[in-house]
Amino acid sequence: MKKKISPMTRKSFVTYGLLVLAFIAVEILLNTGNISSMMKGLLVPICVYSILAVSLNLTVGILGELSLGQAGFMCIGAYSSAIFSNMVKETITEPMIRFPLAILVGGIFAAIFGLLIGIPVLRLRGDYLAIVTLAFGEIIKNVFAALYIGYDSAGLHISLKSQGDLKLAADGKMVINGALGISGTPNDSTFEIAAVILLITVIIAYNFVNSRTGRAVMSIRDNRIAAESVGLNITKYKLITFGLTAFLAGIAGVLYSHNFYSLQASKFDYNMSILVLVFVVLGGIGSIRGSIIAASVLTLLPELLRSVNKYRMLMYAIVLIVMMICTSNATIRGFFVRNAQKFISLFKKNKAQPEAVKEGE
Amino acid sequence: MAFLDNLINGMSLGSIYAVIALGYTLVYGIAKMLNFAHGDVIMVGGYVVFTAMVTANLSPWLSILIGIAACTVLGIVIEKVAYKPLRKASSLSVLITAIGVSYFLQNMALLVFGEKPRTFTSVVNIPKISLFDGKVVIKGETIAAIIVSVVIVVCLSLFVNHTQKGRAMLAVSEDKDAAQLMGINVNSTISLTFAIGSGLAAIAGVLLCSSYPTLTNTTGAMPGIKAFVAAVLGGIGSIPGAMIGGILIGVIEILGRAYISPQLADAIVFAVLILVLIVKPTGILGKKVNEKV
Repeated sequence: MKKKISPMTRKSFVTYGLLVLAFIAVEILLNTGNISSMMKGLLVPICVYSILAVSLNLTVGILGELSLGQAGFMCIGAYSSAIFSNMVKETITEPMIRFPLAILVGGIFAAIFGLLIGIPVLRLRGDYLAIVTLAFGEIIKNVFAALYIGYDSAGLHISLKSQGDLKLAADGKMVINGALGISGTPNDSTFEIAAVILLITVIIAYNFVNSRTGRAVMSIRDNRIAAESVGLNITKYKLITFGLTAFLAGIAGVLYSHNFYSLQASKFDYNMSILVLVFVVLGGIGSIRGSIIAASVLTLLPELLRSVNKYRMLMYAIVLIVMMICTSNATIRGFFVRNAQKFISLFKKNKAQPEAVKEGE
Repeated sequence: MAFLDNLINGMSLGSIYAVIALGYTLVYGIAKMLNFAHGDVIMVGGYVVFTAMVTANLSPWLSILIGIAACTVLGIVIEKVAYKPLRKASSLSVLITAIGVSYFLQNMALLVFGEKPRTFTSVVNIPKISLFDGKVVIKGETIAAIIVSVVIVVCLSLFVNHTQKGRAMLAVSEDKDAAQLMGINVNSTISLTFAIGSGLAAIAGVLLCSSYPTLTNTTGAMPGIKAFVAAVLGGIGSIPGAMIGGILIGVIEILGRAYISPQLADAIVFAVLILVLIVKPTGILGKKVNEKV
C-alpha cells in the first residue's frame, strides 16, 4: 500500500532539507577557508535571529496576536544562562556538557516568565496585548540594567542600587554589574551548535503547527468565538503558544549571550523586538521557512552593502508598511493575485507564487 | 517640602502626558486602533518648532502655530496613506503598520536632523512662583503645562459633546455602520480625529521640549508609550479619563524616580499598566464594551 505524504509534511521536510544543505554549504566554505571573517562572525547571529523569528511567528502567525516582548524573553534567557555559565564554569569545564545545561536554564527561565506574564495578559487582545508585552520587555530591560548580583562564601548578594551596596566579602565575585551587564561568559556558542538548535526549533515549530494543539490555536485565531463555542479552552492554548514562543526566544538569548564576552541589558531594547517583527512580516506571517530566509537575508544584506546601512532602519519601516498594505488591502492584494495567476498561466512553471500570497494572510 | 516639589513636578509631567493621551484616546475611540506613531508625531512637532524658532528665527507663537499646522497635516497624511487602506483589515495588520509608521518617522528624523541632540529653548515666559520662602519653586513651564492641558480638556469636551462634528465623532465611535447610514461621512470624521490628535501632539511636543529640552529622534517614543498607559489607566475613549490618567502617571513616575530608584521609574510606570489591565481593564472612567458575535 502506498502511503500518501501530506502537503504539510512535504513542506516541512523540504525546509529541513534546505537547512541541512545550507549548513553543509557553509561548513564546506568554512573548511576551505572561502569565507571572510566578517561573514564568520555573522553565522551565529543569523541562527539566533532565525530562531527568534520562527518563535515569534508562532505567536503572530499561528495565534494571530502581536507580541513586542521578544527582546524581553531573549534578555531573560541570555542573563539567566550567562549567570549559570559564569557560576559553573570552574566546576564544569567541558563546554559540551555546560552549554546544553545553560540552554535548558535559559529556555526554562524565559518560559516561566512567559507563562507568568501570559496568565494575566492573555485575557487581553490585540492592541492591549501588544502594548503590555512591550511594557514587559521594557521592565525586564530596566530591571536587569539596575540589577547588581554578586556571590561569595556566604551565598548570593542581590541589590538594585550599586555595587557597593552588595557588601561582598573579599573573595566575592560580581555576576551582574548593573548597566555594565555580565562579562566573562564562556564563548560556547558555535555555528554548529546554533545550527543544530535552529533545526530543532524548526522541527518543533512545524510539529506544533501540524498538531492537534496547533490546529486548535489556529481556529482561535480565525474565529475566537466559534472556537470557544466548540469547547476549546482559549486561555490554555494561548498560554501554550505564548510559553513556547518565550522558551524558544530564551534559547535564542542563550546563543546570543554565549557569543559575546560581555553583555548589556540595553541590547535587548524595543528595536530588537521590532527587528524580529520585520523578519516575520517580510518572510510572510505564518510561514516558518519565510521567517528563516528573511532573517538570514536581512542580517547579511546590511553587512554586504555597507552603503545601504544608513538607510537600513528606514527600509525596515517601509517593509512593514508596504507589506501590510499589500497583503491586507483587498483591492491591492487582488491585483497582485490576478497578475500572479496571469504570470503563471503564461509560463506554467512557478507554482510557489500563489502559495506565497496565501501565506501572507 | 521635597515631597511637594516632586508632586508639582509630577503634575507638570502628568499634564503633558494628559495632552498626549488625549490624542491616543480620540483615535482609539473612533478608529479603534492604537496609533503607535502618535509619540513620534510629538517628536516631529518638536523639530518643526525648533527649526522655525532657531533656524528661521521666527517668534515662538508663530513657530508653535507652524508646528501645529505641520503636525495636523502629517496626521492626516499618515491616516490617508497608511491606515485608510487597512480600514477593513485585521487589527494585527493595522498594528504592524502603525509600528512601521512610528519607525519610519523616527528614522526619517534621524536622517534629516542627524544623531546630535538639539537643545530646545523654552517658549514659556511665565515668571516662576516661589512658595514658603523659596523652599518650593513652581517653574513657568509647570504652570503653562497645567493651564494648557486643562484648557485643552475643557475645549475638547465642549467640542465633542456640543458641536455637530463632535457628535459625529461620538456616533462613529459608537457604531461606524449605523453612523454612515445616518449620513455621517465616516472617512472625513476619522481624518478630523487624526488631525485633532496630531495637532494636540504638536502642543504636547512644545510643552515636553520646554520642560525637558533635549530633542532627539526618539524624544517622543517613551512619553508616547507612557501616555498610552495613562489613557488606559484613565479609561480609553474618555476625555476626562485621559487627564486623570495622565496626571496620575506623571506623579507616579516622578515619585518613583525620587523615592524608589531612578533607573526603575519607567519599569514602575509599566508595572502600573499591567496592574490596571489585570484589575480593571476598562480603566478608571472607561465603559465596559460588550462583545458582539
